[in-house]
Amino acid sequence: MTLLRDLAVQSVQMALVLLLAPLLTGLVRKVKARLLRRVGPPLIQPYRDFRRLLGKESIVATNGSWLFCAVPYLVFALTWVAAALVPTFATGLLFSWSGDLIAIVALLGSGRFFLALAGMDIGTSFGGIGSSREAMIASLAEPAMIMIVFSLALVAGSTQLSAMAVYLLSLQEGLRVTLAMALFALIMVAIAENGRIPVDNPATHLELTMVHEAMVLEYSGRPLALIELAASLKLLLYASLIGCVFVPWGLAPPNSDLRGYAIGLLSYVGKLAVCGIALAAFETSIAKMRVFRVPAFLGAALMLGLLGTLLRFVSGSF
Amino acid sequence: MGIATTLPCIAGLLALSVAAIALARSRAGTWIVYGVSLILSAALLVQGAQALLSGAETSLVLPLGLPWAGAHFLIDPLAAAFQVIVNLGAAGASLYALGYGRHEKEPWRVLPFFPLFLAGMNLVLVADDAFTFLVSWEFMSLASWALVLAHHRDPENRRAAFIYIVMASAGTLALLLAFSLLAGEQGNYAFNFIRIATPGPVTASAVLLLVLIGAGSKAGLVPLHVWLPLAHPAAPSHVSALMSGVMTKVAVYAFIRIIFDLDGLPEPWWGLVVLTAGAASAVWGVLSALMESDLKRVLAYSTIENIGFIFVGLGLALAFHANGLATAAALALVAALLHAFNHAIMKSLLFFGAGAVLTATGERNMEHMGGLIHRMPVTAAAVLTGCAALSALPPLNGFASEWLTLQAILLSPQLPQWGLKILVPACGAMLALAAALAAACFIRVFGVSFLGRPRTANAEGAREVDAWPQAALAAFAFLCVAFGAFPGFATDALSAVTLEFLDVRLPPQADVPWLALVPISAERSSYDGFLILVFIATSASLAALVVWLLGSRATRRAPAWDCGFPDSNPATQYSASSFAQPLRRVFGTTVFQAHDRVVMPPPGSTAPARITVEIRDPVWDYFYAPLAGGISFVAERLNTLQFLTIRSYLTLVFLTLVILLLVVAL
Repeated sequence: MTLLRDLAVQSVQMALVLLLAPLLTGLVRKVKARLLRRVGPPLIQPYRDFRRLLGKESIVATNGSWLFCAVPYLVFALTWVAAALVPTFATGLLFSWSGDLIAIVALLGSGRFFLALAGMDIGTSFGGIGSSREAMIASLAEPAMIMIVFSLALVAGSTQLSAMAVYLLSLQEGLRVTLAMALFALIMVAIAENGRIPVDNPATHLELTMVHEAMVLEYSGRPLALIELAASLKLLLYASLIGCVFVPWGLAPPNSDLRGYAIGLLSYVGKLAVCGIALAAFETSIAKMRVFRVPAFLGAALMLGLLGTLLRFVSGSF
Repeated sequence: MGIATTLPCIAGLLALSVAAIALARSRAGTWIVYGVSLILSAALLVQGAQALLSGAETSLVLPLGLPWAGAHFLIDPLAAAFQVIVNLGAAGASLYALGYGRHEKEPWRVLPFFPLFLAGMNLVLVADDAFTFLVSWEFMSLASWALVLAHHRDPENRRAAFIYIVMASAGTLALLLAFSLLAGEQGNYAFNFIRIATPGPVTASAVLLLVLIGAGSKAGLVPLHVWLPLAHPAAPSHVSALMSGVMTKVAVYAFIRIIFDLDGLPEPWWGLVVLTAGAASAVWGVLSALMESDLKRVLAYSTIENIGFIFVGLGLALAFHANGLATAAALALVAALLHAFNHAIMKSLLFFGAGAVLTATGERNMEHMGGLIHRMPVTAAAVLTGCAALSALPPLNGFASEWLTLQAILLSPQLPQWGLKILVPACGAMLALAAALAAACFIRVFGVSFLGRPRTANAEGAREVDAWPQAALAAFAFLCVAFGAFPGFATDALSAVTLEFLDVRLPPQADVPWLALVPISAERSSYDGFLILVFIATSASLAALVVWLLGSRATRRAPAWDCGFPDSNPATQYSASSFAQPLRRVFGTTVFQAHDRVVMPPPGSTAPARITVEIRDPVWDYFYAPLAGGISFVAERLNTLQFLTIRSYLTLVFLTLVILLLVVAL
């Protein structure tokens, strides 16, 4: 029975992240547009884009290799698997033990690895510029993320996300310095990893400032639909991660009843909405920074993560 | 089984190397030498695996070597584990060379030394006294030195070989001193006597530092690594694979054997030293790899990085062991050993790929490659697997061992020493940085050499290599996936080693449901490469199916878009050095004093603008250059002693005699 329920939770979660991901992207766009006093596209525009792209023919450059054609599916799969391992509305995921937070970070790293390769496959200069800058950003964002994982794992005594969420739910004391540092660092990393302002601009039309968009410049039609979906999934994943670790309230514990799941679901949607609105507000209030300012930004995240970890190592009580 | 069957195989390799002198000039020589090497190393591989799985120890004393001591041999789980690593690499290299070796222009410079090199490495593993160990160690060093010199007409290779032999001699000297300290006043060099005698703390610490120099220079620890990126690429590619993938592991073996087995109980600060050296090597190696555009040299630098990972594992194991935290020490040791095994597979695979590219294009410089994925599909797929594995991407094998190392780091708040408490998280950050940079490095390797458009005519005309190298590439790529999906089998096999030195083992992974990896407990952390692999495959196929069912199916080939301005000149692609430019700017300016210099032509001139990148190696500038300068300064001063008159010489002899007599008299 438990097995069946966990399987159901797992399947619902996998479908849920897929369904909600474009909505979150749509929400961010809408709120941003409203903050800029534009009407903005409807909330469901990302779904429409997806359907439209799916129906279009795919144009592959003459010298595109099999890797170029396979990467969108691979990147989507890697991101989806990673998103399926992050507890969203309930902790009792059937397969959550098959990968801990380190594995989730590494799965996202795999996605980036292949996307950067796809950017170099056609042999254009824009693809190369995107891949090279993405590699530079990742080389600092990933260690920062690992340090965040370390500080969280040292607080919770586990690298399993479900165990972390359960532990942090049971935490009675007030704020912890390590957790606060980890939260700040995680937000910074999430901004960089998702290519949001100030690190990268997802809505840019100036090629020289693109990072993520430059890598996928050669994609069109169905592969582009998958890549866009994967990008939305990644944004959702980071929002879920922040929600699951830092505001775990509402998460349905394993073996809870339907009411518990309903509360979990509602609180999850609420957390996502808050994250989306906060992101949109943040993005409209800040200017994009120069590419070579990004290392300083991410270096700060890395130092925050390291400091949080060190505090835990040196003293158990922070 | 055990030593009684292992030694004949090694003797067979030695005999083969003698026979190869005669065979080398005949047409069949390549077939016979590599074929027999393949059979013998496969036999040794099977024996090693059996000995490791059974956990049995077998020993033998032969009346060879020093007449009063004899040659002692022993196969214990540690030796068996490394026997597996060495001979897996050796079998792969032999298989690869069945095809690759036929392109060799002067096979007599390679064939006799190849089996000798294999025999030397195998003998180091089974040696059970210092004399046999050092003799085998020198066999290994000299045979590989001869192989580095195989293409000796290239002055760069001669320089590489010279630096290698100097560093190897210094390393052996350090090991010799370490063994003499361990042998103590009785001077008994058999390992079972050294094991019983417990050295004092000062002696033991001196031994650690000497071994760190001796084994560390062979493994490529920073700052003793300078020979490695020169010598490994200079050898023929299958030998490069052996040197980088396997010989560095023999050095790791020597370190473990002496420090964990012979040198008594470790002091807590030992871990600190080893950890620092490991973390520094990891970051230094990968940063250097990112600055380099010679494909084989990039791989050699990446070896330094991975050796750093292994030594961080070993340093953690030492720190835990010194504090009596046996379970944590076992985890760290298993992580190090598993990474040694995985790295042997991954690095051999990539050197095979580099050799295949070298055969197909005649190029080692990545800036002259491009588009090889279309011309060499099998090589490209295998190299892609290797690149992904070395970038520590799940679900491949490199990730499994790095994950274990990170898990071991997470156990270190238990350590009581403040130095370790502060250093270990910093090392964790360095490792994470190195892993992320490694991913960038291998995006660059694969993206520049295999993807894009061909940059030269050589790359344009590349042809896929023949069947033997393809078989070796495919087999090793399969191993990367297999040990990534089922790392539990490898960690279970390695538990015999932790039982031998630490008396504990990780929980048996064979009992864990779904063959997951659970180092401590399921609540704490678990990782299941197999399930992740299945999930990725299922979701990707599901996505493909849905897109196929719901989406349009039209696909058109068209010129590249490139924002409307595609340039047909392949030189407009991103090159290896332009890919590295952001990273060079972020890290290189401080570490390597890198700077780009742009030379613009004067106005009106049609000459092209030029950009040159200047990179300095601080290790060479601040450590080796002064050292070499000092040596030549002293040598020049002493040189005058050779041009004295006979009277002065007589005076010198007389003075020496008087001083010696005075010393004796006092």
